[in-house]
This record gives sequence, C-alpha cells and structure tokens, in this order.
Amino acid sequence: MTVDARPGTEAVTVTTTVNGRADSRQVPARTLLVHLLREELGLTATTVGCDTSSCGACTVLLDGRSVKSCTLLAAQADGADVRTAEGLADGDRLHPVQEAFREHHALQCGFCTPGMVLAVVSLLDENPGPLTEHDVRRALVGNLCRCTGYHNIVRAVLALDAARQAG
Amino acid sequence: MIPASVRYHRAADLAEALELRRAYGDLLRPLAGGQSLLPALKLRRDRVDTLLDLGRIGELSYVAHRGDHLAVGALTRYQRLLTDPLVDRYAPMLATAAAAVGDPQVRHAGTVGGALAQADPAADLPLALVALDAVVVLASTAGTREVPAAELAVGPGATLCRPDELVTEVRVPLPGPARWSYRTFARPALEWSLVAVAVADGRVALAGMGPTIRRARGVEAALADGAGAAAAAARADEDCDPVDDVRASAAYRRHLSRVLVARALADCSPEVRP
Ligand SMILES: Cc1cc2nc3c(=O)[nH]c(=O)nc-3n(C[C@H](O)[C@H](O)[C@H](O)COP(=O)(O)OP(=O)(O)OC[C@H]3O[C@@H](n4cnc5c(N)ncnc54)[C@H](O)[C@@H]3O)c2cc1C
Ligand code: FES
Ligand code: FES
Repeated sequence: MTVDARPGTEAVTVTTTVNGRADSRQVPARTLLVHLLREELGLTATTVGCDTSSCGACTVLLDGRSVKSCTLLAAQADGADVRTAEGLADGDRLHPVQEAFREHHALQCGFCTPGMVLAVVSLLDENPGPLTEHDVRRALVGNLCRCTGYHNIVRAVLALDAARQAG
Repeated sequence: MIPASVRYHRAADLAEALELRRAYGDLLRPLAGGQSLLPALKLRRDRVDTLLDLGRIGELSYVAHRGDHLAVGALTRYQRLLTDPLVDRYAPMLATAAAAVGDPQVRHAGTVGGALAQADPAADLPLALVALDAVVVLASTAGTREVPAAELAVGPGATLCRPDELVTEVRVPLPGPARWSYRTFARPALEWSLVAVAVADGRVALAGMGPTIRRARGVEAALADGAGAAAAAARADEDCDPVDDVRASAAYRRHLSRVLVARALADCSPEVRP
C-alpha cells in the first residue's frame, strides 16, 4: 500500500444515530461529542459540569455504554448509536430509571440527573445483579451530585434492581 | 475548553495505521480511547498536528489464550477485562487492576494499549503487567519486537515505542502466579492511587514511587533470602524517588509503599490466599 497525500482533515463528517434519529453533518475535527449534541443538535439535556472528565454530568450512552461526552471527540462517535436523556422517555411515559428517580426523590436541582440516569441505564444493562449498595455506589463514582447526598439515588437504583430480580 | 485545531484521520485497519506511522511518524498522534489524550488536548498541555484514530481497528481488540501466554490486544477496553472469562481464569489480577481505574465511563473508553503508551507512573494496568512479567508487542511495517512491560516506560509519558511503531498487544506469561495481591491507596472517589503495589509470587512492583512503575528489587532480594514479610517490606522504598506534591509528600508516599507492600505480602502468605 502506498500513501500519497498527507492524511487527515480539519473537517470531519460525523454520521450517528442519536435517540433513534439518523444524523450526518460536517464538524471541525476538534469538536467534542458534547458540543455536537448540545450546539449542533440542540440536545441540551446533556450538561457540562466540570469539563475535565470528573463529574459525569455529560454522560451519554455510546452503543449502549456510558461515556463522558466532554472527553470524546464527536468523530469518535461516527457510526455509533448515541442516546441522551431526551431519548429515554417513550412519549409521556418515563423510562423506568427516570420513574424510579421520581419515585425515590433522587434529584433536586437536576443538573447531574441526565448523566446520572444514563449511568444507571448502562449499569443495569451490563450488570445482571443482584446489586449491593456498595456495587451501586462504586458504579456511580464518576457521577457527582451536589444536592442529594446520593442516598436517594442509591435507593432508586436498588429498587429497580430488586424489582427486576423479583421478575 | 476545546482542543486547538487539529487534523483527524481514522485508520481503517492495522496495516494502514502502520503504513501511515512509517510515512509520517510524529506528525501523527495515535488516538485510542482518548481518556488521557483528550484531557491533555483540552487543557492545551499537549499539541498535536494530526490525530490517527485507532478506535475502529477491531482486529486489535481481543483476549486470547495461546498456551504459554494470555494475549490482550492493544485496543481492548478496560471494561472487557472486568468480565472476560479468560482473564478471570488466567490473569485475574488484570481485572482487579482494571476495576481500580477511574469509573465505568473511563473504562468503557480507555484501552490497554493507551494505558501502556501513556506511561503514567501511577497507572493501574501497567503496574499489574509489570508484576506479571508481561511482554509488550510493538509493531511497525518492518515487523514486530517485544519489550518487557517493566522496560517500556522510560519516564512519565515516554516509552520505547518509536514514532513508526504502535503498541499492538501485551502477553502475560502462563501459568500465572500461585499467589498474588493488588493493593492501592487512593484518596476517595476517582482519585488516582497515590501509591499502588502488585505482588505476583516473588515479583513486587510499585506505582507512584518514581518517574516510572518499577520493581521493588530490595524487597524481592529480601524475600529470596528468606526474610519475613515485615523485614522485606521495610525495603519497599529503596532506590525510589517519589514526587513531593500537593497530593502527598514524598515521605508519606515512602511510608505508604512500606505499608502497602507489607499488606500485599501478607495477602500472599500461605494462610491468606487472595
Ligand atoms: C477521570 C479519569 C480517571 C482516571 N483514573 C485512572 C486511574 O485511576 N488509574 C489509571 O491507571 N488510569 C486512570 N485514568 C487514565 C486512563 O487509564 C486512560 O484511559 C489511559 O491512561 C489511556 O488509554 P486511552 O486508550 O484512553 O489512550 P489515549 O488517551 O487515546 O492515548 C494515550 C496516549 O497513548 C498513545 N497511544 C494510544 N494507543 C496507542 C497505541 N496502540 N500505540 C502507541 N501509542 C498509543 C496516544 O498517542 C497518547 O499519547 C483516568 C482517566 C480519566 C479521564
Ligand atoms: S462535564 Fe464531562 S465529566 Fe464533567
Ligand atoms: S440534583 Fe443537583 S447536582 Fe444532583
């Protein structure tokens, strides 16, 4: 194989499926995934807290797995299925994780909530359980909440896990 | 914060990536999971002309049992190590070390090869690989060569991987250790270890105790001479050069290394099997 032209471009085409909708657009290569979602697609449920991959507010699902969208390039999501908090509810019916958060009062200001909920969706999907309180706290170590003190979030997740264990 | 303007190319396969490395060397910077590189680019601590995205080289994402070693492809994500049955059976220390890395989001993106190439002196997976006496495979268009995991890093962020090469695989020799322990001391939540130790039979490796992960030769020599765990652990910080920074003083890190080595050796004693 021979390489004739210098590789790479400053503009990249990013083709994704976001919340079930196909999208394809050109963005500068340096565009972060969170900026593609918020600024290009107008999906502002995904928040930016720390912008240094510490707080997890920007968590989205990439092919079903939680990632921090402030620490991935949009180009790295090319070809992937992306899910944000906007894509969880089915019309007026909340997603079970959202419903459990509501039920257990697992949010106050709501800033961390979209990322927290998606981190929980990923956890329940990859870990069949049963989950201990320790498992839940460890799995959410990358999601900071300044309001709730975490207790009600952990309760919500344990309730979801108990319900699915019961069948 | 966004990275400075950068060019981007996604490698279709390993052959193309190596050909581009041969032709363009340092002009290209490999991008694997991005969990170290993107924070550095965002903070403008690093500058890159063109990113060479390795993320879709599926042929480098695997765990394979090959008789006398367990092979792990460079693009294997941390998360896979937590659940892979071959890792669980042949090299469970890798799962323990991967579980110590960051959080699930980081483990879903970060890769084995990226962790090795990043050469962070406090990194978890490379520490386990040094203790397990693993060998890192570096590939170029000219072929492959093997470098012991303990020799790959030459300083923080610096390795023996040349601009025309890529890390493609790591090989963990089998059978693995009869007794092992992996212990870290980290500040709560997300914080990297201040000091970590991995013990595999007679090999003892330390992270966070100098510019690279290193074998604790003094401890190993003491054990070989029949010293008890306490006497051996007292030599943990011999020849070490830990940093003195805002997170901990050098003296505290030295203390931690002795305590962690003592505990790890106790884990490996005949009465207490990990
Ligand atoms: C919030 C957070 C917490 C973390 N906590 C921990 C922790 O507790 N313990 C720990 O060990 N790590 C931790 N990390 C770092 C993590 O382990 C990184 O994923 C890893 O260091 C880099 O892997 P990567 O695939 O993301 O590499 P990248 O960031 O893509 O690349 C890192 C470097 O390696 C080079 N590179 C990548 N792949 C190759 C290859 N195949 N061949 C040659 N060069 C290559 C790149 O050019 C770059 O210079 C943390 C990271 C974050 C964001
Ligand atoms: S904004 Fe991405 S982790 Fe905080
Ligand atoms: S609800 Fe306010 S930060 Fe979590």
